[in-house]
Amino acid sequence: MSFGGIVSLLLIAAGAFGVALVVVGARPALARSQRFAISAGVAVAVAVVLAIADLAGLGLLSAASEGADPLLPLAAWVDRAVDWLVTAYGDALRENISNPIVYAIGFFERFLYQGIAWPAMAIAFALFAYHASRKWTLALFVAVAFVVIWALQLWKPTMQTLSLISVSILVTALVGLPLGIAMGLSDRFRTLMRPVLDFMQTMPSFVYLIPVVMLFGLGTFSGVLATAVYAAPPLIRLTDLGLRLVDKEVMEAATAFGASRSQKLWRVQLPLALPNVMAGVNQSIMMALAMVVIASMIGVRGLGQEVFYGLQRQEPGTGFTAGLCIVLLAIVLDRITQAYGRRMQAHYQTGAH
Amino acid sequence: MADGAPIKIELKGVTKIFGPTPAKVLPMVEAGASKDEVLEQTGHTVGLRDVSLQIAQGQTFVVMGLSGSGKSTLIRHLNRLIDPTAGQVLVDGEDIMGLGERALTDFRRARMAMVFQRFGLFPHRTVIENVSFGLDLRASGRAAREESRAKAREWVATVGLDGYEDSYPHALSGGMQQRVGLARALAMDTDILLMDEAFSALDPLIRRDMQDQLIDLQGRLKKTIVFITHDLDEALRLGDRIAILKDGEIVQVGTGEEILTAPATDYVADFVEDVNRGRVLTAGRVKLDCAVVTSSEAPAEALTRAGNGELQITYVVDANGKLLGAVTGSRMRRAIAENADNIAGLVEPVQTATADMVLEDVLPLTLRGDLPVAVIDADGKVQGMLSRESIIAALAETTGPEKPVQ
Repeated sequence: MSFGGIVSLLLIAAGAFGVALVVVGARPALARSQRFAISAGVAVAVAVVLAIADLAGLGLLSAASEGADPLLPLAAWVDRAVDWLVTAYGDALRENISNPIVYAIGFFERFLYQGIAWPAMAIAFALFAYHASRKWTLALFVAVAFVVIWALQLWKPTMQTLSLISVSILVTALVGLPLGIAMGLSDRFRTLMRPVLDFMQTMPSFVYLIPVVMLFGLGTFSGVLATAVYAAPPLIRLTDLGLRLVDKEVMEAATAFGASRSQKLWRVQLPLALPNVMAGVNQSIMMALAMVVIASMIGVRGLGQEVFYGLQRQEPGTGFTAGLCIVLLAIVLDRITQAYGRRMQAHYQTGAH
Repeated sequence: MADGAPIKIELKGVTKIFGPTPAKVLPMVEAGASKDEVLEQTGHTVGLRDVSLQIAQGQTFVVMGLSGSGKSTLIRHLNRLIDPTAGQVLVDGEDIMGLGERALTDFRRARMAMVFQRFGLFPHRTVIENVSFGLDLRASGRAAREESRAKAREWVATVGLDGYEDSYPHALSGGMQQRVGLARALAMDTDILLMDEAFSALDPLIRRDMQDQLIDLQGRLKKTIVFITHDLDEALRLGDRIAILKDGEIVQVGTGEEILTAPATDYVADFVEDVNRGRVLTAGRVKLDCAVVTSSEAPAEALTRAGNGELQITYVVDANGKLLGAVTGSRMRRAIAENADNIAGLVEPVQTATADMVLEDVLPLTLRGDLPVAVIDADGKVQGMLSRESIIAALAETTGPEKPVQ
């Protein structure tokens, strides 16, 4: 037996000891020393069985094998499932979902960078910022940021990115809000959704780009879908949290005065959850901006594409200026949405002083 | 009930167990296992155990207990914010456990309103919107909504918050917030008002104010009020009847005076030990016997009647039994020496107190003269007397179940 084999044997025996201790521990009738003795016996027995099995050539104590077919052929299953999806529904999905949205985005994009003169856009955003924050400093900052973007001659890609993000956040909100509300209202649904959300958030985005591209091809729609999936979890989570954070006594009061479930939701819970929902929207926008460069790899136009060019052509300047525009856009959207969130919060402090 | 009013709310054998499988634990609780045993062995908490209560219409019924005694759990059974594990809750004779979701909502809108300890105001609604919340739930259509706004405005004024209609709750002080809570409940115009430690979060002075306001309002509205508190003084002040709750069980139910003078257990006795007895004991309960003579009687006769007690004194009434005043022993002896016909000329004026006055209010009267205060009934008939010394003795008395006051 190799050195590694002996270490493995000891580790497995220790594991068996631990498991045995927990199992025996559930019987309080046994004395402490008895429990240790029983567990030690189990550990030794496991070690002996393993050693014999190893000598007989079962291979449990040697390093994991490589190259052979996996015991769990998950990859093949996923391949087959996606293939089936593409052949069965690919055309229908493209025609009914992808095409209209692509058309809408195209229209929106052109409206943003051709329909509206850039100074008008800058002023509109500045007014927006002032309305949200009531601070002229923020309005001025927003206006300057837009002037800088124009001066860098990155206006068109910036507007393309803005339209991608707007549409993605719209999709996120349409899907995410109902899911978040359902989670906030039902413990069972919450238990079900939490692993799904963890999966959405931690699975590297390239992974789900593969089936998305197979289904919808390279282009804007795949980008929107990938961005929306990536951006949705914070909105869903914060909507859920917002509903749950509503003061228990306030909810009791609503119930005691005879509010029905839907009256409670619409008149009390949702209004009080709004600051959190707004924080969710803010987080989702930030997540969406983080997806911009990745989305450019599947053919989404905009600032991400500029960064990507910079990388491919070894032009640090191109990359930097496009990156700067992403940062400016992020700050502008972040400050505006945060200011709205704060304004909603103004009346929302609860409880006694 | 003592006053013959119909029973408004009745609890029959209500038991509440908190935990994942209360039904399984119920037999153990019914068998009499203690709260600690149940928690130890099953991880369940006994909230209420076999609570039976009757609350008469128009009464202010106070449920009083320390934290963890189950009093907040109890009041939440009355509008089913909490459902019992076993037992019945009857309102106007109807078992509300039988109500479906829709009927329960209607029941809450029409029959009961509630005031909460930490106010439970809606922070996103203005004062007027808070007060009209319950009314809006009942209202449908624009006209009805206008009407509920008008009604809400009236109640905001009644609790003294004119001018704050459009403020948000966070801009108000604690006392003002609870006034909003009170107005919101009163605006519902329900027969029953549930008040869960409604004044506990307020400063003592403001609490006193709110208690006065509640007493004043109740004098006009005659609602059935269920009031929860951990403050015995508050309970005695507000409650027509008081139930004392300990570890989810009712220990004693009675009027404040009954609980103070005849505590059922050592627990209650400990509880009432520090209470201001002067605020609860009435003149009628602690009065001393006294002699009463008519003004036409001879001094010698009157002196005999006055006896040889410490306070040699007799009250004097006219032919109709109306109190004229009192005569002291020394004056009577002097009159005998002077051979006076009757005692009419000897009468000194005395202070009077009605039998239902509390000692705290009687005591100052005794300081206005040297003669004891006459205790009279509603018709002005003399029932007894109270001297400074007898009041102080009654206030100083310590009570316990083993030696109740005579």
